[in-house]
Amino acid sequence: MKIAGFLLLLSGGFLVLTALIMLPTAGSRTAFIVAGLAVEILGLVLVIRAHIPREEPR
Amino acid sequence: LIFPILSAFSPLAQLLCIFCILLVPLALAGIALINTGLGRSRSAAHAMMSSLCVTAVAAIAYCICGFHWQGFPGQPAHIFAIGAKSWDWLGAGRFFLGGIPWNGSPASLAACFQLFSIGLVAIIPLGAGADRWKLSASCLSAVFLAGWIYPLFAHWVWGGGWLAQLGANFGLGHGFVDVGGSSTIQIVGGVTGLSVAWLLGPRRGKYSSSGMPAAIPGHNATFILFGCMLAFVGWLGLNSAGAILFAGVLPERIVLIAINTLLAASSAALITLIITQARFGKPDASLTANGWVGGLVASSAACAFIHPAEAVIVGIVAGALVTMSVQWLEFNLKVDDPTGAVSVHGIAGIWGVLAVGLFARFPVQLPGQFIAQLIGLTALLGFIFPLTYGLNALLNRFYPYRVATDGERQGMDLYELGADAYPEFVTHSDEYGQR
Repeated sequence: MKIAGFLLLLSGGFLVLTALIMLPTAGSRTAFIVAGLAVEILGLVLVIRAHIPREEPR
Repeated sequence: LIFPILSAFSPLAQLLCIFCILLVPLALAGIALINTGLGRSRSAAHAMMSSLCVTAVAAIAYCICGFHWQGFPGQPAHIFAIGAKSWDWLGAGRFFLGGIPWNGSPASLAACFQLFSIGLVAIIPLGAGADRWKLSASCLSAVFLAGWIYPLFAHWVWGGGWLAQLGANFGLGHGFVDVGGSSTIQIVGGVTGLSVAWLLGPRRGKYSSSGMPAAIPGHNATFILFGCMLAFVGWLGLNSAGAILFAGVLPERIVLIAINTLLAASSAALITLIITQARFGKPDASLTANGWVGGLVASSAACAFIHPAEAVIVGIVAGALVTMSVQWLEFNLKVDDPTGAVSVHGIAGIWGVLAVGLFARFPVQLPGQFIAQLIGLTALLGFIFPLTYGLNALLNRFYPYRVATDGERQGMDLYELGADAYPEFVTHSDEYGQR
């Protein structure tokens, strides 16, 4: 889960870079930048969940 | 640069810039005192010693190769072109601060500013790893932070890199704007702190088997609060010098920068005080101190371009965010961050960067500033965070960061330094015993 999270973080970053390079209009570029940020947030959630220690059974 | 800037500063700008740069080490001293005060008494000397050693290591690493990678606008850089746009991604100066004209030029002042502030970046993670991070390991981590990670992002923002050029290349406002280092210094330090806290794991006895956190209060509130005052003076220098150097702000604007810095810190501290008073019945000194520093951190990015009333709003939001996120990290995410470094520097820094997009008024208003700020944050989350986590995880694998169990029981002072910070104190049996 941790590795998947970090891969999503990287993917989100590259999505933003690709949007800047490839998309000509401001509207579509903004939409993809927001999408990239959303992917990063998803990745961050996965990384955070992977680091929460499991509670010991009582 | 937002204001037109000359290749050389006026004598007044040069003098003011030098004066402000000389204040920057006070920010470092303040954060070191806060980190020490928020840690345990049996690790106090170790905390201060770590701050000193990490600052020294970071300065040397930055001198050897950091400024080479970071550079300054107008200096050589690695640039590639895609779709008729140039992407400046890394500096290509000379090692050991070579090629800089030492005559008061903007590049020489920037090198001095960076050398003074690199210690601040490097001691932020120390707070997150307090009471359990080996001195040698923290110095090793600082080498990578000061030599590679920080210069990479600082080049993108302050060295004329692709984030700074978002305005010129893609019509996004003035490009990513951060005059005092909310992102370059604070968030980079904050995400490295989060990585270190995760890799080290919580202190012994911090969480019960059911996951409930135990309160481990700081040992010296006087250190913490005096550290806040020192940090404020340092921040005045940090924000003012950064604004002159990296945004071409005129010296007359330093008055506004100083007022905004004070107002943001004051409102953040007061809102934290009110929240803790309402929640716990009494104001919490350590959280209030965290709120104060959070306000300073959030003020850095936008301080030169916002109205004082907006600085108060920036501070109020920063204070509330710091208070909530400290508890959220501790209770929900089980991150043992003894000094609240992740919240204070990371979360408040993110808010500071966004505040530029929301409130900043530039001499020429251009559309797309908020998007430029968002892109800067995605670069931090998408590239810098995995990089700093990966490098620290790699180092931790070959040279374990965490001190042995005996070290935590005895305290870092005795175990790593062989002498206590307070040798006349009697060690309590409950502190020394098995937890």
